[in-house]
Amino acid sequence: MPTRPEGPAAAPAVPLDPTPSQTIGPFYGYALPFPGGERIAPTGHPDTVTLHGLVRDGDGAPVPDALLEFWQAGPDGSLTGAPGSLRRDPATGAVIGRNGVDFTGFGRVPTDADGRYALRTLPATAPAGRPDAAPYLALCVFARGLLHHLFTRVYFPEHTAAHAADPLLSRLPQARARTLLARPDGPVPYRYRFDIQLQQPADGRYEETVFLDFR
Amino acid sequence: MERHPRTEREPMTHPAPLGAVPVSPTAPPLATQAAISREIAALRAAADADGAAGGPDPGQPARDYPPYRSSTPRHPRQPPVAIDALADPEAVELSGPVFGVTDVTALDADLTRQHTGEPLGERITVTGRVLDRTGRPVRGQLVEIWQANASGRYAHQRDQHPAPLDPHFTGVGRCLTDDDGRYAFTTVKPGAYPWRNHDNAWRPAHIHFSFFGSAFTQRLVTQMYFPGDPLFPYDPILASVTDPAARARLVAVYDHGLSRPEHSLGYRWDVVLDGPSATWTEEGR
Ligand SMILES: [Fe+2]
Repeated sequence: MPTRPEGPAAAPAVPLDPTPSQTIGPFYGYALPFPGGERIAPTGHPDTVTLHGLVRDGDGAPVPDALLEFWQAGPDGSLTGAPGSLRRDPATGAVIGRNGVDFTGFGRVPTDADGRYALRTLPATAPAGRPDAAPYLALCVFARGLLHHLFTRVYFPEHTAAHAADPLLSRLPQARARTLLARPDGPVPYRYRFDIQLQQPADGRYEETVFLDFR
Repeated sequence: MERHPRTEREPMTHPAPLGAVPVSPTAPPLATQAAISREIAALRAAADADGAAGGPDPGQPARDYPPYRSSTPRHPRQPPVAIDALADPEAVELSGPVFGVTDVTALDADLTRQHTGEPLGERITVTGRVLDRTGRPVRGQLVEIWQANASGRYAHQRDQHPAPLDPHFTGVGRCLTDDDGRYAFTTVKPGAYPWRNHDNAWRPAHIHFSFFGSAFTQRLVTQMYFPGDPLFPYDPILASVTDPAARARLVAVYDHGLSRPEHSLGYRWDVVLDGPSATWTEEGR
């Protein structure tokens, strides 16, 4: 990552050098995933949406050892989140998961042996500070073979007007922007499909997902 | 903590392209270490030349690093699209998930006390501070680790390296950073282990770490290495960080002051998370 440019109003000190990333490797599976990681929506919430899809590599093959992390604004647009995603039983130490009431905004889902994942959450909302923004889920992808994680976003098809003004979508060519749009899968607005293409195959049959770099 | 039984039917695939493909009889022969080392040297020389010509900062690994074979089909070919935090200060990624006392237990940070007996191996403590690039401590955030046991074996069903499992060691830990951004774990030193990236490939001893910052942009998953490991020059994953100064930031320091008499050896490893946050943009950086 390039060194951040220092403008005239920049912080006084030279930024500290970041610790480099290294791959998550193949063996995080007994450490990072936790029960209920894929259920961000409070239990039985009537607005719950399912987002599901497939992670593929540059050969078009499913990626069975990817870990996806989601982060989103609260239903009220707050960005403070809440603790308790991996709530523990103090007696046994076991992960008993969310309390089913609080919305933590955080989800963690490993792909299964077919390279598929499914997330259950509340509809994406715009941050309270910019209520007319196009809502999205922030997504971070980890996998063996990725030396550095990949950030992307999941936008939803029903917000067409907001998409036209979105600072990211509006500067991408249409085919690229489309990779960031979940598509309806069954009755809108309850079920969506969002596939992640880590690399475009040589025959071009899948468009590579747009990945992001924050500066 | 849950343990995975060893499956007898599983081919002995070793750590590497697991989850993926069992080695097939038609698979091309593995490269030799000498060939991998030549690729590493060539990419390092190319990075040095780039740096001298004012090219991109090699402080992070390249997304495509052919000596690490698994990166070949999995890295994006298109450059990432830049998001300027100052231009979009309401971006969701400038905030991030939070964790609290409900998410950890006191025993999580001591990997030697998660079973009825003590694990085998050299008992160590690893501690350090988590900072953002402005030097601000990352407070109350989740740090997660996982590692092989002292023999170099993960308590993971797909790790078929024929080194012994340790019934008293799982190798998973968690803690929250304190007000100074400090984390601390007690564990045993993990062993080196073989993998199938190339012929006679061995990973230097390492602990996998996962960090959350004050923003999702600062998310970091990485690996901590031990000073003086003779396997460093042979490992394409460490070598993917081509800048020697950046590579050194992945290696803990032995700190005798942290060693506890007749108990454990101490290592210090400080971590700096990359990426902008909301506080950053409020202050105009
Ligand atoms: Fe490892």
